[in-house]
Amino acid sequence: MADLQSFQGWMADYAEVVKEQADYLTDLDRAIGDADHGINMARGTVKVAALAEAEDFASSEAYLKKVGMTLVSTVGGASGPLYGTFFLRLAGPLAGVADAGVEEVGAALRAGVDGILARGKAELEDKTMYDAWAPALDAYATATADGADLRGALEAAAAASARGRDDTLDLVARKGRASYLGERSRGHIDPGATSTTLLLESAARTLA
Amino acid sequence: MKKLINDPADVVSEALLGMAAAHPDRLRVDHDHKIVYRAAGPREGKVGLVSGGGSGHEPMHGGFVGTGMLDAACAGEVFTSPVPDQMMAATKAVDGGAGVLHIVKNYTGDVMNFEMAAELAAADAGTEVKSVVTDDDVAVQDSLYTAGRRGVGVTVLLEKIVGAAAEEGRSLQECADLATQVNRAGRSMGMALTSCTVPSAGRPTFDLAEDEMEIGIGIHGEPGRERKPLAPAKDIAAMLVEPVLSDLGLSRGDGVIAFVNGMGGTPLIELYLMYHEVSQLLEGAGVSVARSLVGNYITSLEMAGCSVTLLRADDETVRLWDAPVNTPGLRWGA
Ligand SMILES: Nc1ncnc2c1ncn2[C@@H]1O[C@H](COP(=O)(O)OP(=O)(O)OP(=O)(O)O)[C@@H](O)[C@H]1O
Ligand SMILES: [Mg+2]
Repeated sequence: MADLQSFQGWMADYAEVVKEQADYLTDLDRAIGDADHGINMARGTVKVAALAEAEDFASSEAYLKKVGMTLVSTVGGASGPLYGTFFLRLAGPLAGVADAGVEEVGAALRAGVDGILARGKAELEDKTMYDAWAPALDAYATATADGADLRGALEAAAAASARGRDDTLDLVARKGRASYLGERSRGHIDPGATSTTLLLESAARTLA
Repeated sequence: MKKLINDPADVVSEALLGMAAAHPDRLRVDHDHKIVYRAAGPREGKVGLVSGGGSGHEPMHGGFVGTGMLDAACAGEVFTSPVPDQMMAATKAVDGGAGVLHIVKNYTGDVMNFEMAAELAAADAGTEVKSVVTDDDVAVQDSLYTAGRRGVGVTVLLEKIVGAAAEEGRSLQECADLATQVNRAGRSMGMALTSCTVPSAGRPTFDLAEDEMEIGIGIHGEPGRERKPLAPAKDIAAMLVEPVLSDLGLSRGDGVIAFVNGMGGTPLIELYLMYHEVSQLLEGAGVSVARSLVGNYITSLEMAGCSVTLLRADDETVRLWDAPVNTPGLRWGA
């Protein structure tokens, strides 16, 4: 079960991971973007990690909304509105839910990813973070149908996301900055897909 | 990395301190939000013009704030779009009752952040906001399935021309229509001789050998579409001008504003040399230059290289171009 404390633990963990991986994310973005993805994400997640201490939150919903607004206000770039919208929408299905189980978290993740799609209008194989989200949602649903608990479903989602991330290697980018490179974007892993997999791996460690 | 900085993390905020100190008569800077305003504040009944984007393109956009051009510019981190809080604050502050026009360069980050700002501003106060997205870079294929062409040099010309129209008291709709028309009438193509170093990254965004150049470069140190052996200026000018001419469909007898822009690390002597080549090519094509602009106006940190922008210009466009402007970056007639 995931409650306010576990969501806060998730964000604390993710901030640590992003800090460690910031240079790697920036290097990925150097190859096909503008060398700022790790810097952008680190700037936002540091602020998010500080929220739990600065303020008392009444619910998971209120907390995750604030996480979304904080990312929108601090990350900038393409990933700011995308991750910001993800968390703002993630909060919706968790309204009134103190302890979210595998079903509720699944509904929340779907809502969050719908937000990313509405904001960025990416399609599968555009070589964006959506290529790491889409297989994760599928795997999560399959695991849930097979009777997995929250941890099992999140682990399945994280593993599928990692495969989606790796598959961005051979894709030609059609969205975001990398699309300006055309064919030259092939042969590089997408930075946003990488930060998405890190987020799901972090969720599997902390939410259940 | 060799730069005139104190701490990479403070580059944008300390540069804004410098702008405020250098131009107290013309500019006021909100340092918390990283917004450059006109010192005089909004004018009652005038449409407010707000632009913004990543830093590192100076003088764009903060240097184009002032009479005859922008009312406010939001500064993002280097090469990273500003955030919606900034655009919202700027929009509210410059609204003189006639609405606010957002001038946005077509980059995914900029577009999404300005979009969120417009949504939040509409839900919040009653300020009427319209936006125009510039996308003039012919190096990028425009299609429904990509992020579309980038906004580059035309942005500078558009901010000047629409700024003059707003100053004349045109309505928000008229300003937005004019902006759309100017964007459609202009195209650009850029090239780089060197890469550039984002201060927080500490090393060049890409490597370019002594004898190589990138054609079709943007303004963020992102690699261009193709890498070629270095060539004489005459040949480079042709590589830049020809795609622009053909994409714009310019033909004999047409008039243009011709803009040769430096990327930040190329001396003016080379830009003038390039302008000569460009003007020869235009003459050969029978295109007449109504007005010209040569210099560093939309830059990519210390990148060496240049871009060429041509804007189809009728008498009205030229009249608005000639109208007084008084900003740190562009100034005449005032
Ligand atoms: N339309 C989109 N939909 C989904 N994801 C996208 C889209 N465009 C870009 N992305 C993701 O955003 C990542 C890049 O994020 P980053 O923080 O580097 O922003 P950016 O594109 O550099 O923004 P800016 O242009 O303002 O600097 C990409 O790797 C990709 O996964
Ligand atoms: Mg980037």
